[in-house]
Amino acid sequence: MSTQDTLPEGKQEYNITVYTENQIGLLNRIAIIFTRRKINIDSLNTSPSEIESIHRFNIVITETEDVVRKLCRQIEKQVEVLKVYYHTNADIIWQEMALYKVPADIIAEKASVERLLRENGARAVVIRKDYIVFETTGHREETDNLINVLQPFGLIEFVRSARIAIIKDSEGFNRKLREFEKREPGEDVIENEYLNQRDKVFTM
Amino acid sequence: MEVAQQDVLTAPEAQTVTEMTGSAALLEALLVEGVDTIFGYPGGAIMPIYDALYDYKEKLNHILVRHEQGGIHAGQGYARSSGKVGVVFATSGPGATNLVTGLADAQIDSTPLVCITGQVFAHLLGTDAFQETDVINITTPVTKWNYQVTDANEIPEAIAKAFYIARTGRPGPVLIDITKNAQIQKFNFKGYTPCKHIRSYRPKPIVRPQFIEQAAQVINQAKKPFILWGQGVLLGSAEQEFKAFVEKSGIPAAWTIMGVGAIPTDHPLNVGMLGMHGNYGPNVLTNDCDVLIAIGMRFDDRVTGRLDKYAKQAKVIHLDIDPAEIDKNVQTTVAVWGDCKETLPMLTELVEQKQHTDWLAKFKDYTRQEEEAVINAELRPQTGEMTMGEVVDQLNQLTNGDAVIVTDVGQHQMVGCRYAKFNNTRSNITSGGLGTMGFALPAAIGAKFGALDKTVVAIIGDGGFQMTLQELGTIMQSGVDVKILILNNRFLGMVRQWQELFNERRYSFVDIQSPDFVQVAKGYGIAGKCIKERDELQSSLKEMLEHKGSFLLEVFVTKENNVFPMVPQGCSVSEIRLK
Repeated sequence: MSTQDTLPEGKQEYNITVYTENQIGLLNRIAIIFTRRKINIDSLNTSPSEIESIHRFNIVITETEDVVRKLCRQIEKQVEVLKVYYHTNADIIWQEMALYKVPADIIAEKASVERLLRENGARAVVIRKDYIVFETTGHREETDNLINVLQPFGLIEFVRSARIAIIKDSEGFNRKLREFEKREPGEDVIENEYLNQRDKVFTM
Repeated sequence: MEVAQQDVLTAPEAQTVTEMTGSAALLEALLVEGVDTIFGYPGGAIMPIYDALYDYKEKLNHILVRHEQGGIHAGQGYARSSGKVGVVFATSGPGATNLVTGLADAQIDSTPLVCITGQVFAHLLGTDAFQETDVINITTPVTKWNYQVTDANEIPEAIAKAFYIARTGRPGPVLIDITKNAQIQKFNFKGYTPCKHIRSYRPKPIVRPQFIEQAAQVINQAKKPFILWGQGVLLGSAEQEFKAFVEKSGIPAAWTIMGVGAIPTDHPLNVGMLGMHGNYGPNVLTNDCDVLIAIGMRFDDRVTGRLDKYAKQAKVIHLDIDPAEIDKNVQTTVAVWGDCKETLPMLTELVEQKQHTDWLAKFKDYTRQEEEAVINAELRPQTGEMTMGEVVDQLNQLTNGDAVIVTDVGQHQMVGCRYAKFNNTRSNITSGGLGTMGFALPAAIGAKFGALDKTVVAIIGDGGFQMTLQELGTIMQSGVDVKILILNNRFLGMVRQWQELFNERRYSFVDIQSPDFVQVAKGYGIAGKCIKERDELQSSLKEMLEHKGSFLLEVFVTKENNVFPMVPQGCSVSEIRLK
């Protein structure tokens, strides 16, 4: 979001949510849809969903809606993909998690640990004699901000997770999945985004 | 016999458990799927399957090819002429990597294939074992689906899914990689049940009547409607439904090279070929029509030319089974997503019976211009060396448009598609999307096995023939009857044409020398003849067609002929050149 003003015309961050079977090789099959078109994946998270055997991918890319729509159709076309959605940042609640490892002695000497934690919504995960590991979750600029705060204190290591996102108007996937399992799924599942709601949120 | 087999294997009460190897289970599965022909080449990692095949020689006709690429192109030819799924066997490592070109070709041309590759023992995966290669990852971009089997218990389900996925929806190639241990392993085979449903896979979209109504409304109001059709009509076996639609609506219809044959060449509403080397009228009038109705075609760049100047004045109706094709290249006004076998009759029902006489006359007028500027000279030259077009025209007179014509890639392909006459569906087999030189000879072998009652003529250039001529060995050994017509212009003609037109005749490495093809054929025991004079043409073509068994006829044609009309790259379809 923060880099939006410098982006080429029409491009913005899109969050692609993919529900799939748990199948070896599917990550590659999905990833090459982007790489074939020389599109960089900004962030990718894959993990089991709330439903057993169904995996959920959260993919973030910066592109125009036209490109994103075509990519989603190509992803949805894969045999083991159940459903694909795309959303702008305004349509979702998203978080990234970050871990920071800082030398214990410097923190103890130079900074008020409690104040740091409070100001950045962070918590200490591990406190050892030689180092402390902080954790925080939030948007990119929030986790970036804590890097800046901790850098002067000799930040040893930093890692940030991929983005995970909840879709604001989603009703979950359980009901849809039951439909998929039928030989003749209903229209809601095989709904044709194009015909149904061309200008609204993509869903196929 | 196959039906009886199927009953035994699929009837619930007959779920007797038989102990058998993974290899035998694979072959049992193929029988239930109705497979009669396999194109393949053995090797270390697929030996257990070939050992099992030894006992199935009576039921499964295995054609030993000379190279795995030949095997997969033969599988494609078989699938394209028969409408069934082509089956190909190859070993691990180089055997599997040799399939890649054919997989890419089948993927882009939506050809149903099931390829079985052997793989090293599961415990050796990832160890750089002898002839080990990561086939699944190499083939992922060029398959509709692929899967690695490491346990014999997986085989029945994997094969069932493979056939189901390959032939349903928009068809495509599937590859199943089976490790050697799974081929050898004995397991309790509980029978084979063909797959009918995969929850994450929806091959047939729901048809929405309201959009068919919208489409009909747009069509009924049109003054200058124009139909473009592609292979989707053939793949959906919707030729009759398509013909009914065209005839009731009275709309002129033009084809992509993958769609030709759905209605006969001589049909009064068939106005010809689309695209870079297509007919004059269909290209120019694309930018004049008011409604464009695209049926089972995907607006390839060779069809559309420059997209931002393509049919901008027209409302576009697109019928396709693959939602990813809708709005991919051309923005539609009404999308009719579905199997055209279902959607076309619904549309026919709603369109008004019409005759677009004046509009059709426009096409005829352009045809006349094209005949004067291009076609007459190409088909009926009186002097000089022979042209490719006249060879094809003479062939038409002998086959009456009833032969299966297989073409390779290049000038002769465009000439073949432009001028060959087709009375029947599934009778033009060519590498359309990928443009694979070397496709024709092996594809013709497969096409003959898929349509034994048809005459199969492979029209091939001197360049493309040399890419897969080892398959003459397959013809020799299998005794298959394929007519090979080499149009030899001593050049890589299409590249030369471009170099002439766009690179100031800088003929960079297009001057290709060839062996004596007739002698090469003779070495394989195949009869042949080479002609250079016009007065020998008709009798030689006749000799080729009447010869019992395969025959190679090499015809020397003019060296520097160009294929026209032509939409130069980067130009709009209405900027098509006649010279």
